Amino acid sequence: MTGGWPRWEVFLRARRGLSHGHVGSVHAADGETALQAARDLFTRRQEGISIWVVPSGQVVASDPADQDSLFEPADDKGFRFPTSFELPSEVDQM
Amino acid sequence: MTTEQEQRFDDLIAADERIEPDDWMPDEYRQTLIRQIAQHAHSEIIGMQPEGVWITRAPSLHRKSILIAKVQDEAGHGLYLYGAAESLGVARQELLDRLHTRRQKYSSIFNYETPTWADVGAIGWLVDGAAIANQVPLCRCSYGPYGRAMVRICKEESFHQRQGFQILLRLVEGTEAQKQMAQDALNRWWWPSIMMFGPPDSQSTHNARNMAWGIKRFTNDELRQGFIDMTVPQAELLGLTIPDPDLRWNEERGHYDYGEPDWDEFARMVRGEGEVPEQRLRVRREAHENGAWVRDAAAAYAAKHAVAA
Amino acid sequence: MNGTSGLLAHVLRQGDRALVLAQRLGEWVAHAPELEEDMAVANLSLDLLGQARHLYSYAGELEGQGHEEDYFAYWRSADQFGNPLLVEQPNGDFAHTMVRQLLHDHAALLYWESMTVSTDSRLAALAVRASNETRFHLRHSHGWVVRLGDGTEESHRRTQNALTALWPYAEELVTCPDDDELRETGQVGPPFADAWRTAVAETLAEATLIIPDGAVPITGGWSGTHTEHLVPLLDELQSVARAHPGASW
Repeated sequence: MTGGWPRWEVFLRARRGLSHGHVGSVHAADGETALQAARDLFTRRQEGISIWVVPSGQVVASDPADQDSLFEPADDKGFRFPTSFELPSEVDQM
Repeated sequence: MTTEQEQRFDDLIAADERIEPDDWMPDEYRQTLIRQIAQHAHSEIIGMQPEGVWITRAPSLHRKSILIAKVQDEAGHGLYLYGAAESLGVARQELLDRLHTRRQKYSSIFNYETPTWADVGAIGWLVDGAAIANQVPLCRCSYGPYGRAMVRICKEESFHQRQGFQILLRLVEGTEAQKQMAQDALNRWWWPSIMMFGPPDSQSTHNARNMAWGIKRFTNDELRQGFIDMTVPQAELLGLTIPDPDLRWNEERGHYDYGEPDWDEFARMVRGEGEVPEQRLRVRREAHENGAWVRDAAAAYAAKHAVAA
Repeated sequence: MNGTSGLLAHVLRQGDRALVLAQRLGEWVAHAPELEEDMAVANLSLDLLGQARHLYSYAGELEGQGHEEDYFAYWRSADQFGNPLLVEQPNGDFAHTMVRQLLHDHAALLYWESMTVSTDSRLAALAVRASNETRFHLRHSHGWVVRLGDGTEESHRRTQNALTALWPYAEELVTCPDDDELRETGQVGPPFADAWRTAVAETLAEATLIIPDGAVPITGGWSGTHTEHLVPLLDELQSVARAHPGASW
C-alpha cells in the first residue's frame, strides 16, 4: 500500500528577533510527527527555537512563467526608494 | 536553435547563478542531478551500516556517544539529499525502490567490511576526508537545493573526520595491539579511499558536460591529488605507514607522486559483486519491508483523525 | 547500609537503567521503519547514554575508589547491574520497542521531575536536563503507541501482544524498596507508582489497548537478578574494552 508518507516543508526561527526561514523537508503521516521529525533533523546543533511544518501540497507558489508580470512592474517605480530623492544636505539625513 | 528557455538556462549557468526548482532546465540536467543526488543520498544511508555495527561495541562511553551522533548525522544527510532530489520532481519512495533494486548505486567504498574498531577511525579520517574533498566544491553546485544541502552537510561533516583521526591518535599512542590495529586498518582503507574520487580523468566519461553545467567543479584526478597531498602529513603525524611503495614527494610538481590503484578491484566493487554489497542492500530492503506495517499504521491513524481543512 | 552507599546504589541503578536501554535503542539505528525514525531512535539512545554517563561519573565520586564512567559500564558483571528487567528485554518489532519505551518514559519522567527538587544538588541539576529530554522521549513514544494501537488491525495486534508480553516487567519500574531510606533525606522524591499507573492507563486507553489482567510481576533487576538477556547484551557492549585491559580509547 505504502506510497510513503506525505512531505512537509519545514520552517525554522533561528533565534529571537528573526523570522522563520525554510530549511528543508521531512516525511510524516501527520503534523505532530512531522514536528518531531523536524526537531530531530534540523535542530540538533541548536539551530532553532521555533518550528513550523506545512504540508508541501498546501504551499501556494507563484508560477515562474508569471515572473515578468509579477515582479517587473516594480522596476520603474524608483520613487519607492529614498535614494531617488535629492534633498539639500542640511536635511539629507531624512 | 536555442529556445528562450534554453537561453535563459544557459545564461544563468554562464553567470554562475543558481538554478532553482521552478526554473526550466534541460531534461538531461534534471535526470543527471536526480541520479547524482539520489546516489549521494543512498551512500549516506548505506554508510550508516559499516560504522553503525560498532555502536553496540564502542570501547568507551564517550566514543559510543560520538559514534551514535555521527551515524545519526548520516541519516540526516540522507534526508537532506532525498529532499533536494525530490525538488526535481521525484518521490523519495521511488528513489528508495531504485536503490533496493540496484537501478541506482551508492558509493562502493561502503562495500568494504569493518572488522575492527580501528576501521571506525579509518573511515572517519580517510573516507569522510575524501568525501569532504568531494563535497566542498559541491556547495557551489549550480542547482540551488543541492548546493544548500551540501553547505549544511559540510558543516556537520568536519567533526566526522576529526573524530576518526582522534580515534586513531589514541590507538597509536596506546598498546602494541592498538597500534597494530590502526596500521592494519590503514592498510585496508588507503587504496579504496583514494579510489573514491573515481577513475582517472583519462577514463572518465561524464566530466566535461557535468563541469560545463556547474555540477562538477574539479576533475577526479585533481581531487585525488589534493586529498593525497593533505593526508600524507596526517599519516606521518600518526606514525603510520601508507601502504604505497611508490608514494614520494615530487619537488618539481609540488605534489606527492603515488602508485597506480587497482582499477579492476574498483570496477568489481562498483559492480557490487560479492556478499557485502548484498548484505548492505538486504539490511535496507528488510528495514523498509519490516517497516511497512508501521508506516501504514501511522497513515491509517492520520486518516482516521484528519482535521477538516 | 549507610547514606552514601544507599545513594551510590541508587545512582548506579539509574545509570544502569539508562545505559542498558541506550544499548537496546542503538541496535535499531539503520533498521528503523523510516529514516526519520532512525534519527529519533538515535536521539533517544544518545540522550539516555548522556544521562548514564553523568550518573556513572557521580557514582565514581560517591564510591571514592577512582573509578570513572567507563569502569561502571565495561568492568562490572551482570549481577552487579541494577537496571529494571524491562530495559534489558530484546527489541522485538517496532511495537515491542515503542511499548517498552512508553512504559519506561512515563516512569522516567516522573522520576526526573521529582528529582529536580532532590536535596542532592548534583542529581537535582542533572534532573533538569533529563526531565526535558524525557519529556520529548515520552512525546515520541506516546505518539507511537497511540498510532500503532489505533492504526491498522495488524499494528493493533502487534502492539497489544507487546503490551501483554512486557506488562509483567513494568511494575518494577516504579517500585524500588531500597529507595525508602533516601526518601527520608529528600535525596529521592516520594513514590510515584500511582501517578505512573494513571499516566500509562491514559495513553493505553487512547491507543485502544487493554492492560493485561492478572499478570504476575517479574522483578529482581534492582537487586542484580536478571533475565537471560543481560549477559549477552553486556558481553557485546564490553567486548572490545575487555579485549584490551588498561587501554585508552
